[in-house]
Amino acid sequence: MNEFLQQLLNGLALGAIYALIALGYTMVYGVLRFINFAHSDVFMVGAFAAYYISNGLARWLPPESIPGAVIIMLLAMAVCAVLGVVVEKLAYRPLRDRSKLNVLITAIGVSLFLEYSGQLLFGADPKTFRLLPSRNVELGGLVLNSNQLIVFGLTLVLLLALRHIVMKTRIGTAMRAVSFNHQAAALMGINIDSVISFTFALGSALAAAAGILYAMNYPAIEPLMGVMPGLKAFVAAVLGGIGNIPGAAMGGVLLGMVESFVRGSRYSTYADAIAFAILILILLFRPAGLLGKSVVEKV
Amino acid sequence: MSGSVALEVRGLAVRYGVITALQEVSFRIPQGDIVTLIGCNGAGKTTTLRAVSGLLKPSAGSIQFEGSSIAGLPPHELVRRGMAHVPEGRMVFANLSVLENLHMGAYLQRDKAKIREMLEFVYTTFPRLREREKQLAGTLSGGEQQMLAIGRALMSRPRFLMLDEPSLGIAPLLVKTIFEKIVEINRTQGITVLLVEQNANLALEVSRHGYVIETGRVILEGASPVLRQDPQVRAAYLGG
Ligand SMILES: Nc1ncnc2c1ncn2[C@@H]1O[C@H](COP(=O)(O)OP(=O)(O)O)[C@@H](O)[C@H]1O
Ligand SMILES: [Mg+2]
Repeated sequence: MNEFLQQLLNGLALGAIYALIALGYTMVYGVLRFINFAHSDVFMVGAFAAYYISNGLARWLPPESIPGAVIIMLLAMAVCAVLGVVVEKLAYRPLRDRSKLNVLITAIGVSLFLEYSGQLLFGADPKTFRLLPSRNVELGGLVLNSNQLIVFGLTLVLLLALRHIVMKTRIGTAMRAVSFNHQAAALMGINIDSVISFTFALGSALAAAAGILYAMNYPAIEPLMGVMPGLKAFVAAVLGGIGNIPGAAMGGVLLGMVESFVRGSRYSTYADAIAFAILILILLFRPAGLLGKSVVEKV
Repeated sequence: MSGSVALEVRGLAVRYGVITALQEVSFRIPQGDIVTLIGCNGAGKTTTLRAVSGLLKPSAGSIQFEGSSIAGLPPHELVRRGMAHVPEGRMVFANLSVLENLHMGAYLQRDKAKIREMLEFVYTTFPRLREREKQLAGTLSGGEQQMLAIGRALMSRPRFLMLDEPSLGIAPLLVKTIFEKIVEINRTQGITVLLVEQNANLALEVSRHGYVIETGRVILEGASPVLRQDPQVRAAYLGG
């Protein structure tokens, strides 16, 4: 029983991180109808930004303290928000009216560019990431790591904040309007380019938070660290119904749980393969994903 | 009533790739009038409106709105300048509630009191929208969606309103209501209206002046009562 709960908790923590990344894929898909494959590398840049900011500010910030961690995290999220906006502006915007395939290939190019720039700038060797001291908390026979608790708390806060932005604010409503139809949105006086920039900023900031949370729990960071989590978060976004925001969060948590249980079983070597097998199965029976609506793709 | 010109289009041409959709469209809309653009399916009416509101880039010609050239300006800038366009097929945001749709119409308006005032005006004009306020726009009937599309356009407090086939796919009874409202909006708010229709009969009834467009050209124009008596118009558009 305890073993089960333990895997559940581990799965939930991993899933929360996948969920934060998946939200970026799904929001960008919502406004632009393409998969931003460079998103997984924004996740990596988030971890590195936090690493370098924390080294750079070591003299001014109290070491390994919560206020320090909050400041570092906010700065890293801002760095990635800017990165996301710049990538969209330089790489994707000029191709806005071209076929989606062109943009998709460009996104793969941007992804490789970020990964190899990372190797050049940060070095290919793993670096040890430490933002807060890690303590184990015993709770009725369960071992909870303090960093896992931070994952739960922060993910919850970020999800609620995102929900508020998307559902209650003027810019969030505009995001939903743009997702529905660019031209109708433009006729409302909405500047489509600004809304798309905002979407990239939001998704990239969440990816940065995910990167930092991931690095707190798996503390070796390197320039290719985004590849697998990114791929799984993409699976999670498709699982939940691409373009659907609650779906992405749900898909992430689901995938994290499955992965955790498979890892804890004797099939652990197949953990990644099983994640993708699930994707194939779900898409066979529900092509639009768990929460997605079947709509004919406009071309 | 004669005075300044709201919109003046001269020699407008638009191409879709190699297809020429408009080759020579010119018309003029005096401030405060209702002017109609009639023509068959595929004549170029929608293309004309889309070029005026900035959704399409013209390949030739000039467009002057209230005396200044607007060719090449993005749609959101034209909304800021007082233009509103109710597109063909309504295009209400199906995934947003009726109220959210109306708020999007007032996207550029930051003054909350003015938004409330406009909302009240729209709800008074189309009481059905108030009843459906919380409903997703996608669940409305065609006629209600058309009311929402018009209401949403009014939320930006335009001085110039373009409507693309508001009668399309709507129950006849609602068509009558909607046309009455268009006239009312023009009279009471002083909003200039450019009305595009295939339903020439109705359009010529409510407008003051009309233009007939055929395969991308204006082939005829005149005061609406005169056009209604024109043998050519009667044969082609009014069913004899
Ligand atoms: N997106 C498009 N791509 C290519 N041709 C188009 C497109 N939209 C309209 N057309 C063509 O342009 C011409 C004018 O169309 P349109 O302006 O929609 O006419 P109307 O609104 O009067 O029915 C038609 O011949 C139509 O086939
Ligand atoms: Mg048309």
